[in-house]
Amino acid sequence: MITPGQTVGPFFGQALPYDGDNELVPPGRADAIRLHGAVYDGEGTPIPDALVEIWQADADGAVPRETGSLHRDGWTFTGWGRCQTDRTGHYSFTTVLPGPTEAGPTQAGPTQEGPGSAAPFFAVVVFARGLLDRLFTRAYLPGHPANAGDPLLASLSEEERATLVATPDATGLRFDIRLQGEGETVFLQHR
Amino acid sequence: MSIPTQQEISAEIAEIAEAAGRAARPGDDARTRIDYPPYRSSILRHPTKDPRHADPETIERWAPCFGQRDVHPLEADLTIGAHAGTNSAVSGEPIGERITVTGRIVDGDGRPVAGQLVEIWQANAAGRYIHKNEQHPAPLDPNFTGVGRCLTGPDGEYHFRTIKPGPYPWGNHRNAWRPAHIHFSIFGRAFTQRLVTQMYFPGDPLFALDPIYQAITDQKARDALVATYDHDLTVPDHSMGYRWDVVLTGGGRTWTEPEEADE
Repeated sequence: MITPGQTVGPFFGQALPYDGDNELVPPGRADAIRLHGAVYDGEGTPIPDALVEIWQADADGAVPRETGSLHRDGWTFTGWGRCQTDRTGHYSFTTVLPGPTEAGPTQAGPTQEGPGSAAPFFAVVVFARGLLDRLFTRAYLPGHPANAGDPLLASLSEEERATLVATPDATGLRFDIRLQGEGETVFLQHR
Repeated sequence: MSIPTQQEISAEIAEIAEAAGRAARPGDDARTRIDYPPYRSSILRHPTKDPRHADPETIERWAPCFGQRDVHPLEADLTIGAHAGTNSAVSGEPIGERITVTGRIVDGDGRPVAGQLVEIWQANAAGRYIHKNEQHPAPLDPNFTGVGRCLTGPDGEYHFRTIKPGPYPWGNHRNAWRPAHIHFSIFGRAFTQRLVTQMYFPGDPLFALDPIYQAITDQKARDALVATYDHDLTVPDHSMGYRWDVVLTGGGRTWTEPEEADE
């Protein structure tokens, strides 16, 4: 029997967040970008007691196998981070853009030279008080040429697809997560 | 909007359970329902669309790595105050029933989840959490933070020493009480197996009344969250013992196992 999930509840603040949890790379690093956004409920109200985690390849597309996420040394890229939303429902990570982990399912179009790649994305999992089980989703990179060949993105309507592609802003990428209602984020059930 | 009574919440729980019983096909209800109105806070916080089925991509077939750099062995003992890596000045014994909580974590194919991070948090023996939003006027225990971590062993086993948490009042409805529980945050062999859940204690009289536990409508699946008293885990003149095993899921069956040269 698979062990079912239960809500993270309201009291994870003492246990799960820690210093440096959302800094996959130090903020000052030259190639550092920000991945940030807000988590909203079905009325568009920001959720101040959610927890967002990301897991990603490094800039070269390698899957990190390094330990040290809980005590970051500022040099080791572990690929994983965690951020509790603040009082305005906002979360923010300092990280690098993930690279493609492999060749893509289709050859590249005219916008890219060489062999096509799989579309890189941040793997995202969301927890919150009131949310009875985890939710998985993906944050894709805006304008990446490989997005066109991504099987998941291709299976979605334009409106749904928009919920999975981050939008560029002055500091990096914005990725809002809407648990319910208009613009509801596409969540995933992995096969 | 008036605050519902336990009777009203219990009637909603019963109605959903009855409908689930009528519609039941094996395995249908093994997962926690995220749309479960008796838990009032869930009403605006669950997706209304079905999740999209997706084949896990490479990054999702791997999990983050944690190791000795991340977790000090003493963090698995919640009964010693001075946790490594904290500024706790605690030196005394916490109040309550000392317990050992241990078990194995495996994936859906029965493979042990070795060397992975397990995090727990819980109320103290009086049912009080350390948290800035905590309203319950039960006493704080200066010798108990209620937070622990460990890494699983080679066979997927985890091991904590703590005290048994008390039941906890909350605001879902009038006179609402949560059954005693320990929150668990668990990583698997793949990102898709990430799990946050709650472990309960056997025979809790609050099970039938609790809309979070009852959000799993299948009794066998609910039972999977209840630990077993294990006399072999007791320590003479010192502590009680509970065993709770975890089975993760999430895309572990259909993909080819990546090379594990570095594990």
